[in-house]
Amino acid sequence: MSTANVQNIKAEPLVELKNLSISFGGIKAVDNASMELMPGEVVGLLGHNGAGKSTLIKILSGAYKRDDGEIFIDGEKATINNPRDAKAYGIETIYQTLAVADNVDAAANLYLGRELQTSWGTLDDVAMEAEARKVMGRLNPNFQRFKEPVKKLSGGQRQSVAIARAILFNARILIMDEPTAALGPQETAQVAELIHQLKKEGIGIFLISHDIHDVFDLADRVTVMKNGQIVGHAKTEDVTKDEVLGMIILGKCPTKAIPGPGAMEESD
Amino acid sequence: MYDKFTRDSAVSDKPANQGAALDENEGAFTRFLRATEIDARLLGMIGALLIIWIGFHLYGHFVNGFAAFLKPRNLWNLTVQTSSIGVMATGMVLVIVTRHIDLSVGSVLGFCAMFMAIMQVWVLPDILGLGHPMIWVIAVLCGILMGTLIGAFHGYLIAYLQIPAFIVTLGGLLVWRGAAFLLARGETIPLDDENFTKLGGGPYGAIGETASWIVGGLACAGILFSIWHSRRQRLRFQFPTKPMWAEILLAVVGCGLAIGFVTLVNSHPWPKGIVKREIAAGNIDPNGDLFISHGFAIPVLILLAVGIAMTFLATRTRFGRYVFAIGGNPEAAELAGINVKWVTLKIFALMGALTGLAAVIASARLNSATNALGTFDELYVIAAAVIGGTSLAGGLGTIYGAILGAVVMQSLQTGMVLIGFDAAIQQMVVGIVLVLAVFLDTLYRRRSD
Repeated sequence: MSTANVQNIKAEPLVELKNLSISFGGIKAVDNASMELMPGEVVGLLGHNGAGKSTLIKILSGAYKRDDGEIFIDGEKATINNPRDAKAYGIETIYQTLAVADNVDAAANLYLGRELQTSWGTLDDVAMEAEARKVMGRLNPNFQRFKEPVKKLSGGQRQSVAIARAILFNARILIMDEPTAALGPQETAQVAELIHQLKKEGIGIFLISHDIHDVFDLADRVTVMKNGQIVGHAKTEDVTKDEVLGMIILGKCPTKAIPGPGAMEESD
Repeated sequence: MYDKFTRDSAVSDKPANQGAALDENEGAFTRFLRATEIDARLLGMIGALLIIWIGFHLYGHFVNGFAAFLKPRNLWNLTVQTSSIGVMATGMVLVIVTRHIDLSVGSVLGFCAMFMAIMQVWVLPDILGLGHPMIWVIAVLCGILMGTLIGAFHGYLIAYLQIPAFIVTLGGLLVWRGAAFLLARGETIPLDDENFTKLGGGPYGAIGETASWIVGGLACAGILFSIWHSRRQRLRFQFPTKPMWAEILLAVVGCGLAIGFVTLVNSHPWPKGIVKREIAAGNIDPNGDLFISHGFAIPVLILLAVGIAMTFLATRTRFGRYVFAIGGNPEAAELAGINVKWVTLKIFALMGALTGLAAVIASARLNSATNALGTFDELYVIAAAVIGGTSLAGGLGTIYGAILGAVVMQSLQTGMVLIGFDAAIQQMVVGIVLVLAVFLDTLYRRRSD
């Protein structure tokens, strides 16, 4: 029964990106990229600076509007034209730049755009702060500075705020763009723990990272991009780190990976 | 002044690495600020205001042999003169907080005033009949609506067509001044509707002694309620509360200020001429008490109401939260799903509505709409917001600060008139004060970061 159930879920991808393209001033930042994400799966998206990882993912999160291609969510065609649309589909994003409003406090940032209101239609700050204390307790139990503007927090604390905001609203699809970039070892471990936990809850996660070790520890599959094109997809258990490095640097697809349009032509 | 405060806190920061000794060594003043949660800037501004007031009073006393500044009559006039600028400054806070600027408010004020005057004198009497009691009401509503539409149009150009606010409103500065001239071909339109001119203050446009005490009583009740409510909320969620002495002190000071303000406006009596006229008309008993208090002027009450409403809007509603979030990080706000363009348009529309309201006060005070009404107001309004602590870099500002800033600007202005400074010197002083205020503000922020 449960196996059948799992297979059933596996049958339909949570997200399917089909032939997405976007260009800025004649440069194709993302060129005909396709990938998919299953429920409870972590897909690592790897590539050089400027390979198009963040741009591809920003199309999904609604920050950029694609020139071409389609997005399917639960098998149905999705219309995502701005961040609000994406959130309506349960897509939450943790941006590399953190994207927090520096001048307001942690609770205000967590609920930005989705504030809790009293029956009078005013902001329910106390309730928001109480909820914020709960979710931050889960992520970063030492965090106490709820009343201070986010500007005054450390890099790690700001990162926790950004992550907490993404998981607060029962996301189904989570995009993490360099989530551990500003974190120390202990906080990185907490994020890893969190990713495992979210995975169990059936949330699909796109993990973008420079750090190939991070990705190998956390991801089920990797997708590599180069010059805006997808080099290939592979299960992390099927490939070695060296092979993935080859994909990143040379665009050379190992035999066990599924090549994409950006894969280097075999020379033999 | 700001300087002194920051130095205090700098001193108290030093023993930070001594751990537990921190609280003991903290300056008494810093501890006081922390306990009461009073903003040091607010105290600085009040201090500056007192220095300006006492300075002008003493200057008048020693140099001119006639000290007039700290007299009920002058202070009462000061409150009335502040109203129009103050109303607009509350809106300018939101505009500047979102990193925009509105240079057009003076011209829009002139245009709205002219539009209202035409409605009131030329258009509505033809439709409703001369002397119809609703004429002024409809005219006022039309004026505020016109301001809102103009503001929304500016907001549309800024948010959706991505033209910088500086340019849009600089254009507006010229366009609406010119339009005001064209509307009435440069004529001055006198306004003599009694009910309308009451909105500008004056002996008849004030609410009298008893009503003023009622307003004062309500204010005290409101202050006590908000202190009690905030304490109860904090206790409910077990957040730290202020010490009891600080709560009581805030209550006493708040109510004291309210009562003092009422006493002040009640100690400015009607001029003798008006009292005589009223006696002649049989409205006042000549054998009774001929000290008839003005009480609060209506425009001052309008400003107070606007101040409360705008503070509520800025701090207790989603709209206000979005305004500050956009000011802090526009990109983050957009990514968080806030419709930044729509909020921007609404901010400018609100600025326009407040400008329309200010036009009501300004033209009612003059009993006429002139082509030049509101000239240079944009500078005073921006100065009031900035002196009141609104950061031109965006994200920071308070409504009460802007109103206090407006009082500071107006105090300088009236003070210099009272002691007989030339108009040229007045302009120079106002300009220098503005630059100085921004400099002190930059200094304050750099040290507190």
